[in-house]
Amino acid sequence: MSSSTPFALLTNAAGISWAEVPAWPATDFVRATAAELDRGARLCAWFGVPEDDGASLVAVIAFDADNTLAVARSTPFSGSFPSLTLANPQAHLFEREVWEQHGLTPVGHPWLKPVRRTDGNAPAVGDFFRVNGREIHEVAVGPVHAGVIEPGHFRFQCAGEEVLHLEIALGYQHRGVEEALAGGPHRATINQIETAAGDTSIAHATAHATVMEALAGSETPLRAQWLRALALELERLANHTGDIGALANDVAFLPTSAACGKIRGDFLNLTALMCGNRFGRGLVRPGGCRHDLEPSRVAQLQERLKLAMCEIEQAVAWFWDAASVRARFENVGTVFPAQAREIGLVGLAARACGLVRDVRYDHPAGWHRFAQAPVAVWPGGDIFARARVRTLEIQRSGEFVREQLAAPADGEICCELAAPGASMLAVALVEGWRGEVCHVALTDAGGRFRRYKIIDPSFHNWIGMTLALRGTAISDFPICNKSFNLSYCGFDL
Amino acid sequence: MFVLDTLVNRLKRGCETMPYPKGPAPALPDRHGGALKVEAARCGEGCDDCIPVCPTEAITRLPSKNVALDLGRCIFCAACVEACPQDAITQTGDHRMAVRRREDLVLGETGNEEVRLADALDKKLRKLFGRSLRLRQVSAGGCNACEADVNVLGTIGWDLSRFGIQFVASPRHADGLLITGPVTKGMELALKKTWDAVPEPKIVIAVGACAIAGGPFVGNPQILNGAASVVPVDLYIPGCPPHPLTILDGLLRLLGRLEEKLDVATNAKR
Repeated sequence: MSSSTPFALLTNAAGISWAEVPAWPATDFVRATAAELDRGARLCAWFGVPEDDGASLVAVIAFDADNTLAVARSTPFSGSFPSLTLANPQAHLFEREVWEQHGLTPVGHPWLKPVRRTDGNAPAVGDFFRVNGREIHEVAVGPVHAGVIEPGHFRFQCAGEEVLHLEIALGYQHRGVEEALAGGPHRATINQIETAAGDTSIAHATAHATVMEALAGSETPLRAQWLRALALELERLANHTGDIGALANDVAFLPTSAACGKIRGDFLNLTALMCGNRFGRGLVRPGGCRHDLEPSRVAQLQERLKLAMCEIEQAVAWFWDAASVRARFENVGTVFPAQAREIGLVGLAARACGLVRDVRYDHPAGWHRFAQAPVAVWPGGDIFARARVRTLEIQRSGEFVREQLAAPADGEICCELAAPGASMLAVALVEGWRGEVCHVALTDAGGRFRRYKIIDPSFHNWIGMTLALRGTAISDFPICNKSFNLSYCGFDL
Repeated sequence: MFVLDTLVNRLKRGCETMPYPKGPAPALPDRHGGALKVEAARCGEGCDDCIPVCPTEAITRLPSKNVALDLGRCIFCAACVEACPQDAITQTGDHRMAVRRREDLVLGETGNEEVRLADALDKKLRKLFGRSLRLRQVSAGGCNACEADVNVLGTIGWDLSRFGIQFVASPRHADGLLITGPVTKGMELALKKTWDAVPEPKIVIAVGACAIAGGPFVGNPQILNGAASVVPVDLYIPGCPPHPLTILDGLLRLLGRLEEKLDVATNAKR
């Protein structure tokens, strides 16, 4: 499928010279991108790069079936361009972002408003879509929520209990991450990447390290790749366990909720055993890893993993055995497969709609070229499906870590990395626990970051949650929210 | 699975809440490192090795020519520990680092090699909050790691509520705020309004490097470099993120609920 595209082809974790990226005038570029998306490609990234007086647009698309990525760009321009969103809704947030960051107007965009720009001391989220009618009422929630979680604002349009429409306003967490990365790498770059989304530290750090290695044209030692793959699955185990616990808590099923709270900590402590930090900070570095796993540490990991897996299996069995739990999740918060494809869902939310999308399988890089866990898919698209996919992934990740610990890769854990190549573009995709983490780096003539673009899976998936809420009761919102568990700061950057 | 299996399993698990603070504190992971100690007197003449490796510029040179490490800015990457040829900066393995005054986090000068741990609240406030403290948590640009480790305190292993400390949904039900994140411009107004809604007397606890000084984002134009820029802070808990044990220690220290005798015992063990 990818063989006939006018885009430049590359694989995951590879770099390409900027001059080799085909460039077309904006209108042709949008048309070409739309044509590829219509043929089944998926939009991984779509962003602007400041150039001369205007900006050029860059598209990174994925042909999942061919294990191939493709890139193209527009020639620099200013003013407006025909919107891609009308034909391909997966572009809608990307276009809002391009408009906000570079002042390029997508003509025909259905709902053009700021994504995360602040106006004084609060986000300029603009006006909300309103449903009119005597029986309609509006519910506003946030930015400060009732639990210990990140801030965002939800605006519901309801008829009685039923949610007709939900609009999510983010931007409260905007810390200026991408702006800070420009001109880098600086000495704080890796730390800012690790905290882009705190619970996805390993995935983001791995994506960054991979991009740096692609820019340097070298490969990191196998043992480092092995360590990264282990850490990535431990991150997935901890977060999925936490989410199962949170879902159980929200349907008042306390045995699983109580047990998962503790087991999640056990998984976090396994990551801490590797590197000292429960979230994996300071483990992954461009060129390799900072800490090794000695045989005694491997043995300790194996033992503690076995124990934690036994416990989570038990806790999950209670959960799925309870008819009250299953009934609460079935046919609630459904995203239909056709919708999921249209809006470009990624990660476990997509797999819970029956879409077989997993970067570890579709675009293997690093250790995943040699070892893979089976992709966990469930049809249905409802909360039940998302919880099922989590359960399957817990089993498979646990099995993966167990297998890998039994057969460690030998060698160094770190290599000296050459300076990033000049005027290049490099792309890295990593399957974080939420879904696809995409990093795109562009270097200038001096090998510094001209543009560094991060796309957290949440950027693709928040719109999925608004669709899932339609037609459900507003009291279903908490479980629906937990079943996606999207990142606010990963979106806001 | 039958109800009986659930019950048997539940009984087998027994009580999972840790004995701390009556018993010993749970061990930190060996690679964690804990609080840092800075003996500026050991600094080599003209040696600057630690200053350029610090990602958050937490290390500066004082007019007295000694280096000073601001543990509030520190994200505990240990790059300085690795870089120092004189062993002037070392890891102590100690989980305790919460302080009441911002300047108590600046280490280096003779007499200030280690953090000056937090005093308890004054008697009047302790009488009010010592046995029942309700907090409203505000994440103001936090990456979710601090939030996650605050949440952990509510699980069965830590069981924060046994100390009478609880997180509540409304600031109007709260005795204070627990703030994470560097305070983004987008959260400035929300944080101010939440603070205003807490009835007097009230306290503020800043958790994590971001909430104390901006963390890895210090100096970014989109953030305000910590909670103290908007509200007065009563307790600083450093870390990126702080270990749950560090957070718990800070909270208990503030309420005067740690018996110093036990403290000395845990310290001597290290």
